[in-house]
Amino acid sequence: MVATQLAPSERVYTRPAFIDCDFHNQWDSPKDLYPYLAKRWIDHIETFGMRNRAGGTYPRFLEDKAGTWPPSGRRAASEPQYVKDTFLDPERVAYAILTPLGGGGGIGNLDLSAAWASAVNDWQTAEWLDFDPRFRASIQLPFEDPPRAVAEIRRVARDKRYVQVQFSGRPHEPMGRRKYWPIYEACAEYGLHVMSHAFGSYGQPITGTGWPSFYIDDHVGPAQAMQANVISMVVEGVFEAFPTLKLVSAENGFAWLSSLCWRLDSTWHLLKQEVPHLKRLPSEYVHEHLYVCTQPMEEPHKPRHFLQMLEHFGPSVDRVVFATDYPHWDADDPDLAFPVQLPPELQQKIYFDNAAALYGLRGEG
Amino acid sequence: MTETVEASRSSTPTRRALIDADVHVEVAKADVLFPYLPDHWIEHIRQSRFKGPTDNDSPYPPRSPVAARPGSKPEKGPAGSDVGLLRQQALDEPGVERAILNCSYAIDSLHHPDAAAALASAVNDWLIAEWLSKDDRLRASMVVPSQIPELAAREVERVGGHPGFVQVYLPVRAQHPWGTRLYRPMWEAINRHGLVAGIHFGGAPGNPPTPSGWPSYYFEEYAGMAQVFASQLTSLITEGVFDAWPTQRVTLIEAGWTWLPAHMWRFDKEWRNLRMLVPWVKRAPSAYIREHVRFTIQPLDAPPSRQQLMEVIEQLGSDELLLYASDYPHLHHADPIAFLDDLPPDLARKIASENARNWYKF
Amino acid sequence: MSDRPLTLGDQPSATADRPAIRRYVVATVEEIPPGGRKIVEAAGRSIGVFNINGEFFALRNRCPHQGGPLCEGLLWGLWEAPRPGEITYSRKGEILTCGWHGWEFDVRTGQSYCDPRKLRVRSYDVRVEPGATLAAEADPDAPAEGRVKGPYVAETYPVTAEGEYVVVDVPA
Repeated sequence: MVATQLAPSERVYTRPAFIDCDFHNQWDSPKDLYPYLAKRWIDHIETFGMRNRAGGTYPRFLEDKAGTWPPSGRRAASEPQYVKDTFLDPERVAYAILTPLGGGGGIGNLDLSAAWASAVNDWQTAEWLDFDPRFRASIQLPFEDPPRAVAEIRRVARDKRYVQVQFSGRPHEPMGRRKYWPIYEACAEYGLHVMSHAFGSYGQPITGTGWPSFYIDDHVGPAQAMQANVISMVVEGVFEAFPTLKLVSAENGFAWLSSLCWRLDSTWHLLKQEVPHLKRLPSEYVHEHLYVCTQPMEEPHKPRHFLQMLEHFGPSVDRVVFATDYPHWDADDPDLAFPVQLPPELQQKIYFDNAAALYGLRGEG
Repeated sequence: MTETVEASRSSTPTRRALIDADVHVEVAKADVLFPYLPDHWIEHIRQSRFKGPTDNDSPYPPRSPVAARPGSKPEKGPAGSDVGLLRQQALDEPGVERAILNCSYAIDSLHHPDAAAALASAVNDWLIAEWLSKDDRLRASMVVPSQIPELAAREVERVGGHPGFVQVYLPVRAQHPWGTRLYRPMWEAINRHGLVAGIHFGGAPGNPPTPSGWPSYYFEEYAGMAQVFASQLTSLITEGVFDAWPTQRVTLIEAGWTWLPAHMWRFDKEWRNLRMLVPWVKRAPSAYIREHVRFTIQPLDAPPSRQQLMEVIEQLGSDELLLYASDYPHLHHADPIAFLDDLPPDLARKIASENARNWYKF
Repeated sequence: MSDRPLTLGDQPSATADRPAIRRYVVATVEEIPPGGRKIVEAAGRSIGVFNINGEFFALRNRCPHQGGPLCEGLLWGLWEAPRPGEITYSRKGEILTCGWHGWEFDVRTGQSYCDPRKLRVRSYDVRVEPGATLAAEADPDAPAEGRVKGPYVAETYPVTAEGEYVVVDVPA
């Protein structure tokens, strides 16, 4: 992932070891999951397919990044050994949070959705978590079926290497809606957080005003989609009901955080009568409960605006967590992604300490 | 309707020049439009259950704080429905030299194309007869049945040449993003008449206002409208509206604006990555925005400190983007006059009137 | 002349203003057929050498965005459109995208497509030279007017008098 391949001992690091908060372990094909699926579901999938909602095909521009494809010819990020040899070790990854995509939350057949999520979780446990102690994982859920999702949380959460549950970017209702509260309740019970990962949702456009035409719309849009879900979680009072719960935003950018706080607070001054269950300013909930992954890295026009942006974050500077998005085409390189050289204390926070506090991880980075 | 107009009161000795880019007029009820509707629609409204468009307490729930500032409701009818009161409160008292009237009568909610076209025409004729003719300081956005682009174009052809119309009102929530090629006939007509496209808070298209469906609270709809604006802005550029019509101007009205720097950064970044599929976008999106788009300042959504506010303004990369607006009679949290008073004088003057004077060619 | 490792010397006119240019033999012409490329090391830099319809171009294998391995990227034609929907396609194989974020660069000039005035990747002069010439220049016994010999840190390349070679000029 770097311009010149040097042996780890030869590299001069300008940054600490880091926690990668968005690492995509991928299966080479769905057949990789078959060992973890009942035959009944294998037959079903081979006959009827997965049947996610259709519509909204914005083909991803490029294949996974060069340098992430194992020599076997299998898909990028499908072989833990190759990941260890070419990424975890040379890049000084202290921990990587597994965030597989396609964990089934949007599948219409809710029984299949539950079975598939369980299979992905079992695959994660057996082939990733057990392979290297640096991995942590996100519980895949049939999140549109909250009772079943809660059952899956209960099944898996005893394994403390699972640190959060994972939603795709546009669930069927805004994330703060009561429908999803049983999931949040179970998360709070088990000390799990909630990640919202961009994309992965179909059947709904990425805007609140119909279907845009181009992949670039789809790639700029996650900032809007995530903010809608942040607004929902805050305004519905999820954080008032579940004060230990954190919301982690992945692949949605993060520069928008401050202006969202300002707008939410202005709105609250005007309309607080409508939401008496909120006991604090909305921005206070954001500053305490929202974590933002850095990928795709923000690239302000002037580099000094990057530091200004972080200043405007106020307390949320402790909620910014580094992520690569390995192995996707626009993944961020841990050495090269930042547009400015951060002061050492900010580096330490963003590369390591903030995520360590969030996920209860030890080490110094 | 009373015609008396009180003498304007100056509250400060030196008053800055003000152009108000967003003042609202309300159609109290469909009857108000009868002088401008054809007979069959009058009969239908009188005798059926159809009484005009409804938008289910959006985008301004009638008794919510946002709907009407104290004292703005006339004796009869809703706030914004009385010419005399509006002239006094929106023009005379603040010393506004020009105001642009916006009417958010939910034409876009009507699925019957001919009802939408008839009511849009009626609103425009009503604006001409009962507002624009009453005060030289008034200008207006014309309305169109935007959900049917051909009919929208036809209405622009019909009245878009009236000197009082400087803009076409498009609700920010629509069935499709406004840049979509479906709307080509409408944009052709708008551009041919040299009208600004005023994309405005609200809309009743039938689809939900967020990518994840329908939120529970008005609070969310209000706060979340900024994201709809951002999506529309993205569409205008990715679809090449400004490449197809290089003279086209767009104003985002009641959108907020402090979200803009972050949006431009992300959008420019993605354009450098993904230019290939939108090859008509020949410059960075932020360049298009600075040239073709303006933003009204109410709601303000300002950061807590003046220094941060000045930094966000600097991040915009242009002092020509912001336009003063009161959004009379609606109420928001901030006081835009106080905002102006707190700015360096040159910038305050631009935002108060000069930017709008240039933009709307007053 | 027989096969032997060959390196070429400095240009004689190196000055304080202009860095010395070294000429590196990096490939035989056959090694980089039309549409092909070779990535080489020269003067401590990774450089991609491309053959477009028989013409050779050399670009730094380092994207000006974040330093990604630009020359390992894909080659495309050029998409242009005077107006939305009117897409033209030309210059097949001449647009290189960086595998890290897809930034497009014109192989011929190194200029980026998104901001051609400000963003470009370093490009280098490339020539094809016959083996006979190269071998003569490298012969320590041959007259070398103004040429300065080694020590060289160049990638070496075996040269014969027959055949043609791709030569890249790289500042020291």
